[in-house]
Amino acid sequence: MGEDILVAFRGVQKTYDGDTLVVKDLNLDIRRGEFLTLLGPSGSGKTTSLMMLAGFEVPTQGEILLDGVSLHNMPPHQRDIGMVFQNYALFPHMSILENVMFPLRVRKVPRAQARARALDALAMVRLEGLDARRPAQLSGGQQQRVALARALVFQPQLVLMDEPLGALDKQLREHMQMEIKHLHARLGVTVAYVTHDQTEALTMSDRIAVFNDGIIQQLDSPRGLYENPRNSFVAHFIGENNVLHGHVESQDGERALVRLEDGQCLRARCPRATLRGSRTSVSIRPERLHLEEIGSDVNALPGMVEEVIYHGDHVRLRARVAGNEDFTIKLRYRVSRPIPEPGDAITVSVAVEDCLALDPIG
Amino acid sequence: MSQPLTLKARLHRAERRRKLGAFALVAPLLLFLLVTFLVPIADMMRRAVHDPELSQVWPRVCGAIDTWTDRAHLPGESVFAALAADIQESHKARTLATAARRLNYDAAGARSLVFGTARALPSRASSWTETLIAIDERWANPEVWAAVARASGPLTSFFLLQAVDLERSPTGGLRAAPPDESIYVDVLTRTFVVAFSVTGLCLLLGFPVAYLLANLPDRLAYPLMILVLLPFWTSLLVRTAAWVVLLQDKGLVNEFLMTLGLIDDPLRLIFNRVGVVIAMTHVLLPFLILPLYSVMKGIKPVYMRAARSLGAPPTVAFVRIYLPQTLPGIGAGTLLTFILALGYYITPALVGGASDQMLSYFIAFYTSDTVNWGMAAALGTVLLAATLILYSVYSRLVGHGQVKPA
Repeated sequence: MGEDILVAFRGVQKTYDGDTLVVKDLNLDIRRGEFLTLLGPSGSGKTTSLMMLAGFEVPTQGEILLDGVSLHNMPPHQRDIGMVFQNYALFPHMSILENVMFPLRVRKVPRAQARARALDALAMVRLEGLDARRPAQLSGGQQQRVALARALVFQPQLVLMDEPLGALDKQLREHMQMEIKHLHARLGVTVAYVTHDQTEALTMSDRIAVFNDGIIQQLDSPRGLYENPRNSFVAHFIGENNVLHGHVESQDGERALVRLEDGQCLRARCPRATLRGSRTSVSIRPERLHLEEIGSDVNALPGMVEEVIYHGDHVRLRARVAGNEDFTIKLRYRVSRPIPEPGDAITVSVAVEDCLALDPIG
Repeated sequence: MSQPLTLKARLHRAERRRKLGAFALVAPLLLFLLVTFLVPIADMMRRAVHDPELSQVWPRVCGAIDTWTDRAHLPGESVFAALAADIQESHKARTLATAARRLNYDAAGARSLVFGTARALPSRASSWTETLIAIDERWANPEVWAAVARASGPLTSFFLLQAVDLERSPTGGLRAAPPDESIYVDVLTRTFVVAFSVTGLCLLLGFPVAYLLANLPDRLAYPLMILVLLPFWTSLLVRTAAWVVLLQDKGLVNEFLMTLGLIDDPLRLIFNRVGVVIAMTHVLLPFLILPLYSVMKGIKPVYMRAARSLGAPPTVAFVRIYLPQTLPGIGAGTLLTFILALGYYITPALVGGASDQMLSYFIAFYTSDTVNWGMAAALGTVLLAATLILYSVYSRLVGHGQVKPA
């Protein structure tokens, strides 16, 4: 076998109204111990998939297996899956300690033992000394930790997290991302994480399933998604990309010659087989563009600078390149190097490796 | 140049303007409440202990009776003389009936005693003690004089004591009123029992309805909400009369049950306790449902989901997570219903039997039928006191913060 599968979605479909499928034919394996993120825009079916796994929604078709056992007709409380909700859902009428003891108490763990384990769990999320407080008396970050402790205290084999950091400010969110990642590494628990924030997905996950229109567009490691997006949706959802539209002139293996809309030719990597003359969109990441010579096997595109934005650690140029007025170039800033000014003519160099001819957009 | 104001002074000035503005906004209501609510309540409590009737028509004897200290024996000649003078004067002034009525509250038969004495009283006598006792030997009974003393005003505990079935013995101590006069403790108990039953029944019927309303999609919840509110928009009399139509011996309910063959003889559903509880529950149900609904509406469904995902079966999740969060609504709803039920008058008067009348019936009876305002005020005060005691016990049990809609 090699891979140890904990959760398996098999041909799962879900419709709410009988007309449109929110989830279309979902086949997904979650490996034991991995951190898997379901990433996608709202309405892409990621949360619905998570809710079906938790047991709050029933698949219209297909089945979900947990550790080889079908979850069909198994109520949520028997699934032994921990869950962290978007707004934490801490019970407002209970103290922090009672909240964390709750999953143990409903499992008939004796009070003293439950208390000890709950205190351990609170220590694990670094929340000592607050156990008598009510949730409303805690900050957002602290509430988030309590929700984590509560979902982990009964040692479930799987923890689901539904946009758990959505309500926090940027700095706290980044801090909690690291903390959750470290907790995952320490406990070895399997995590299924839902977010619409691609940065969050990239920094935290072992693997990411990119959802759109109820379908997994691509399932890969963060690096795989960034470097080798399978289609334009993934290329544009993960990180930034410039788009140049054109037609395929010729293809030789993974290399293609693309004639852009303004008549220029561009060599690009083309992972899928295409017909000669078919439309394509070339995606180029802003940070892979250069204004100086970078050697052989490159494309050189003439352009004109429209706007210069200083970001401290880097400079962004908005330029008109090959008919695209919104072409972004991200340059490492160096004091010694002069920065072009608006109106300057430039030649943009990019390695053929970094030009990806994918399915056409629009 | 004037000294610049300190920061505190400027803050104070700004705050004062704001406070004055706020006060101006509530002032009309405050004035209205003062005139229509606080003053009448204060007046009611004053009337419960204020007793000027006898001293107005019989000023002499009311002043002289203070000299009577040895309550085991008869008062002295001066008191008898004062009484005779007062009777003569009030007989002429045609105010004798007021005195006779006031004495009759306390001492049964005092009315005939006073009128009989007035008719037979000579204009002059050497000993008023002997003359009065000769006219009616009841004047030789210290208990009659004790009643005069108790009625001499200006303050009396007589009404309040009677409202809880107590009376003063001739020596001034407290004792239980004779059984044939002891009805008010029974009435008070009955009032509370009915209010409790109605509140309990409202909670039993209202909780599931509020839950349904709070959890249905708005499209379905609004029409149902109108059904709940409908009783609010219908006249109380019409609704009560409708219950008479439904519940009487040949009413819809009995006809239906007899047609089904479930019963052979009509059930007594109206003009008894059953009818009172049914009709009052119907009238008061919205007062319980609405606060409960508003609290339930605020409980997010995610709490139940969280509880389920943490391993709680539905019933456990309901009891440990949902129910505790509805407590403020239950607290507010039951308290509102209970207090409204305590003062209910029209419904029990129309659909209840003689033994189902609540305290408010007797208050109305004393106010309008016998014009015994002292007694009406005393009963009102007892009801108010009982309600306040119950409220403080309740709010301590449920917790202060809980007795309010969230």
